[in-house]
Amino acid sequence: MKIAVIVPAYNEEKSIADVVKDVNFIAQENSLHIDVIVINDYSGDTTSEIISRLNCVALNLPINLGIGGAVQTGFKYALENGYDCAIQIDGDGQHPANEIPKLVNACIQNKLDVVIGSRFISNEGFQSSAIRRFGINYFKRLIAFLVGVSINDSTSGYRLINRKAMEIVNEYYPDEYPEPEAIILYSLYKLKIGEVSVTMKERQGGVSSIGKSASVYYMFKVTLAILFTFIRIKFKK
Amino acid sequence: MVRIQIVAITASILFLLYIARLIIKGKLREEYSIVWIVCTVVLILFSFWREGLEIIAHTLGVFEAPNLVFTGAIFAVFIYLLHLSVVVSKLHAQNKQLAQDIALLKEKMEKK
Repeated sequence: MKIAVIVPAYNEEKSIADVVKDVNFIAQENSLHIDVIVINDYSGDTTSEIISRLNCVALNLPINLGIGGAVQTGFKYALENGYDCAIQIDGDGQHPANEIPKLVNACIQNKLDVVIGSRFISNEGFQSSAIRRFGINYFKRLIAFLVGVSINDSTSGYRLINRKAMEIVNEYYPDEYPEPEAIILYSLYKLKIGEVSVTMKERQGGVSSIGKSASVYYMFKVTLAILFTFIRIKFKK
Repeated sequence: MVRIQIVAITASILFLLYIARLIIKGKLREEYSIVWIVCTVVLILFSFWREGLEIIAHTLGVFEAPNLVFTGAIFAVFIYLLHLSVVVSKLHAQNKQLAQDIALLKEKMEKK
């Protein structure tokens, strides 16, 4: 199985080298066929120089697209180059590479199309702030109400998708805060989604794409996006 | 002709000339200039034909003719702003597509 590990990086000069090395190390240790694909989202720092020296595929975007556009670039690369699945992990070191085999195994054993690495199944490791947990709970209910799938950690960016899902996100992937909306997308296309418990760390460097004052905007924007995506796909069928 | 008419007509014509200049210099695309030209022509028309405004306002049941002007103008501005948001959204999508293709192509070239 050919696996692409997709790492979106925006000003991650402090952490990106370790992330790439960790993934490559885990790949060797578990004898998995993994290529790391780093998408440099027009960083202003030395991210581009650093990744050009690392053992990875470096995709340099000519303008800043934001997390969704950057991740989608990685999915497009994986689809074009015949990878069987793509695993998205953060460039800031929040997602430890040693959980990758767990995601891959869940995909193979349970025949899943999408595997989400969730913080809230065994409640171990970094659990994030109270306001974020409130938001996650809210999205859990909204998603369950709309498509009847219960996802404990819908905002987790640590996830694996197979080629079936890649073909969907090749066509459309949200720009901002894509994670909860993508779940709606996958389940409306009848993909099998599963969760595995992973332990996350606090970020090693960089800043979150969601600031405190932005949380209200986040919830409002994602709710709107979820509803419109839901309507759009329902009516297309 | 009343003084305000002369002022309004002169201003409108100057505006029209400025739009023409922008188009000639390639700073404004024709499709986006149409709405401005039409609006200016309407302004010029009613600058000459002042009773016309009263007649139309009366037919529509508007008591004060100037209110019709304001309502019409605000409505037109809203619609045009919405149109511009649509244009920007489309550009945004195209921009994203181009950026992604460039990144993928650059990688392909460097590999060779």
